[in-house]
Amino acid sequence: MKNKSLISIHDYSKNDYLRIMDLAEEFEKNPRSYGNLLSGKVIATLFFEPSTRTRLSFESAIQRLGGSVIGFTDSSSSSVSKGETLKDTIKTVSQYSDLIVMRHPIEGSARWASEVSDVPIVNAGDGANQHPTQCLLDLYTIRQTQGKLEDLTITMVGDLKYGRTVHSLIQAMSYFSPSFHFVSPEELKMPNEYKMFLKEKNIPFKESNELGEVLKTSDIAYVTRVQKERFSDPMEYEKVKNAFVLKNEMLEGTKSNLKILHPLPRVNEISEDVDENEKAYYFRQALNGVYARMAIISSILGLK
Amino acid sequence: MESKDMKELKVSAIKEGTVIDHIPARSLFKVISILELQKMDTQITIGYNFESKRLGQKGIIKISDKFPSQKDLNKIALFAPEAKVNIIRDYKVVEKDNVQVPDNIEGIVKCMNPKCITNQENVKTKFTVLEKKNVTLKCNYCEKITDQDHFEMR
Ligand SMILES: [Zn+2]
Repeated sequence: MKNKSLISIHDYSKNDYLRIMDLAEEFEKNPRSYGNLLSGKVIATLFFEPSTRTRLSFESAIQRLGGSVIGFTDSSSSSVSKGETLKDTIKTVSQYSDLIVMRHPIEGSARWASEVSDVPIVNAGDGANQHPTQCLLDLYTIRQTQGKLEDLTITMVGDLKYGRTVHSLIQAMSYFSPSFHFVSPEELKMPNEYKMFLKEKNIPFKESNELGEVLKTSDIAYVTRVQKERFSDPMEYEKVKNAFVLKNEMLEGTKSNLKILHPLPRVNEISEDVDENEKAYYFRQALNGVYARMAIISSILGLK
Repeated sequence: MESKDMKELKVSAIKEGTVIDHIPARSLFKVISILELQKMDTQITIGYNFESKRLGQKGIIKISDKFPSQKDLNKIALFAPEAKVNIIRDYKVVEKDNVQVPDNIEGIVKCMNPKCITNQENVKTKFTVLEKKNVTLKCNYCEKITDQDHFEMR
């Protein structure tokens, strides 16, 4: 992993996943032992489109390890708005920094950046394509809540068509013999290519448009946002929007080890009364993002 | 005088060189551009809309004194998968080869995802070939699929 960019979840092997998770766990257990690990290192966070949550998570990870941060929070305040190409921006910033974290609205931009950069790139989201650090923090969170990754039943809820986090998670979990339930509105069903992928790997999955019953057999419920603008017919959205909201009473009779995850930000797809339930784990999941990113950055820089 | 004109008009056999046959007529000009024939300085004969039992209408290219590498010839497989390459020495076919879809494609076709970096900035396309029969390409940048029904030249 040393000096290797992380652009896509496919860049890492199963062993790489496990290594990152173990390292994240080490950082979580000994938060005070690594405050100088990145000292003297300069890491650039280039956000060509704003994503406050992801940026803060990365910057927190860098600063907890004693590294310093340079960068911009959206492209309007940078030379990009003056018409500079991505290539030139990356090439220049790679002279100033030891590693670049970038988020960009164009798909494939991070791979391109990794080809022109003199330092490793960590993709913090390239349009609808990849967001590999989210996937690794999801894996870490699943392992943490269940004590293992093997043989789990994972229910994915919401926008399964456009949600890149669920697509990446399916692929990453495929190493650990999972079962899946997909619960979504008709218009936002899991795309065929991912279902074909699961069939090829003999991984069982069921599709439904009703959340209640499948929750009872689940170890993990991974909830994502159903966005109005994804529907061709706004009436259709109004019809289905409440059918995919997770409410506290729906958690009655579910398995004791069930945990609710969500990549955040949440809008209304998880009722606020779920927050108090011990099965709600999404804020802890956000904290795990910091540990996972600490692990990713330090292993790319060859410091751990 | 007449016989010399006839000879030049017939343009059939070449002494040394490469004859690429069984190019679907609709792909002929793409093949010409992929092989960059316009940059060659030898004699080239191009036949268009010839009758073909298999292809309906076909194209044929005869390149004198040049022997493009198999790697270059394989690039045309995206548009002319059934093309036959004949190597000519002293007016005789000494070798007959098929073209093969390579494992990786650089340039040549566009990524069909309009949001892809290759359609936004000056970035050469790169694909991994997932399927060679019904040619299916995965973009190395945006990771989206481009299939042969959507091939468009760069
Ligand atoms: Zn592409």
